[in-house]
Amino acid sequence: MSDQYDLSKLRTRVKQQIEKAVPDAKIDYCLTCGLCASGCPASGIEDMDPRKFLRYLVLGQDDIILKTNWIYSCSLCQRCKYACPMGIDVGRIVYEVKGMRPKEDRPTNLQRSCDLQKKGNSTGIPDADFVWVVGDILEEVHELEPEWSDLQAPMDKIGAKFYLNQNAKEPTVEPEEMVPLWKILHTVGIDWTYSSKWWDGANYCLFPGDPEDWEYTVRKQAETVNDLGCTTYINTE
Amino acid sequence: MLYATLEGLRRFNIPHNFEVVSIITLYAQWIREGRLKVDPAWNTEGLKFSVQDPCKLVRQSLGDPVADDLRFVIKSVVGEENFIDVWPNKSNNYCCGGGGGALQAGFVANRRQHGKTKFDQLNATGADVVITPCHNCHTQVLDICEHFGGQWQTTHLWGWIVKALIR
Repeated sequence: MSDQYDLSKLRTRVKQQIEKAVPDAKIDYCLTCGLCASGCPASGIEDMDPRKFLRYLVLGQDDIILKTNWIYSCSLCQRCKYACPMGIDVGRIVYEVKGMRPKEDRPTNLQRSCDLQKKGNSTGIPDADFVWVVGDILEEVHELEPEWSDLQAPMDKIGAKFYLNQNAKEPTVEPEEMVPLWKILHTVGIDWTYSSKWWDGANYCLFPGDPEDWEYTVRKQAETVNDLGCTTYINTE
Repeated sequence: MLYATLEGLRRFNIPHNFEVVSIITLYAQWIREGRLKVDPAWNTEGLKFSVQDPCKLVRQSLGDPVADDLRFVIKSVVGEENFIDVWPNKSNNYCCGGGGGALQAGFVANRRQHGKTKFDQLNATGADVVITPCHNCHTQVLDICEHFGGQWQTTHLWGWIVKALIR
């Protein structure tokens, strides 16, 4: 009988690989209840949903798991984990599968956002442009809004209490959106600063699936804030 | 985003001499302390507001307390009667479909299919303005509103705080 079945499919290599990387993945705890799939906005996309994804893993359908582009519709939002009675984190599992795809086979712009982030920020503008645009916009406010003539946007201020990051899209695409934030901080009167390096708060290296890239960018940000001596790191999103 | 920083510091055991906070928590704290004085009196037309809870900030990082702070700030700024919440909300809210790299990955039709759940939920509020305190959510909510024919404006939060600001 056995020669009629392809037993290699039942060897669940991907599942084992995930369990090695995430010891508390609890894949076998799945009751197949479907609460995850019923509340997942990505259910049905690419004919996949969180429950099916887990079943394919358990049944060793590794070729389907490694090939499906559903992993790029799963936003790792963890609503399935929030709903799961067994506490299974499908998002964490999808993250591992994302990392298994060879870099050259990943969506180009997704990988590129992280590659750029590793050089400093996810839009790839030079750090000098960030410093320039902050100064330029501030000057404009001083000129056009006399009531804000004392507005500040400090850069690399050693010993400031608060460090502020900024999503790179703001200085790059809509720099005027930084002004209300400065006005709020100015009104409250806190002692804050930007940094001229590693200033982007977007952290796109979380998404392609390589933990070493994520770690590298967070480590660089942490070193920057430590060097500035700030005791509070404000994330704007 | 806050999650990548907070979870990255924890998961990779990265040494640091600072605490990581969300600007939303601080807005709420400063309004409560009277350091940030805001008045919704500007909203004479009764513009209605709703909100997106960013997954990475709320469900995945600080939970319902930051979602409550977010609502407290919006209500303080636009008037309590002018805020219309979504359902489900806070830690149980739906993802907008733009996160996790989906906006960068391409697969536009898939991304919009994901966003349809969010569109229907926001559209049901009938709000004039949807506040998205995360840049990814902002881009996605803007796109699904246009794509599916919504009527609301998609905006960041900080501009409304300044509009209501008393110096």
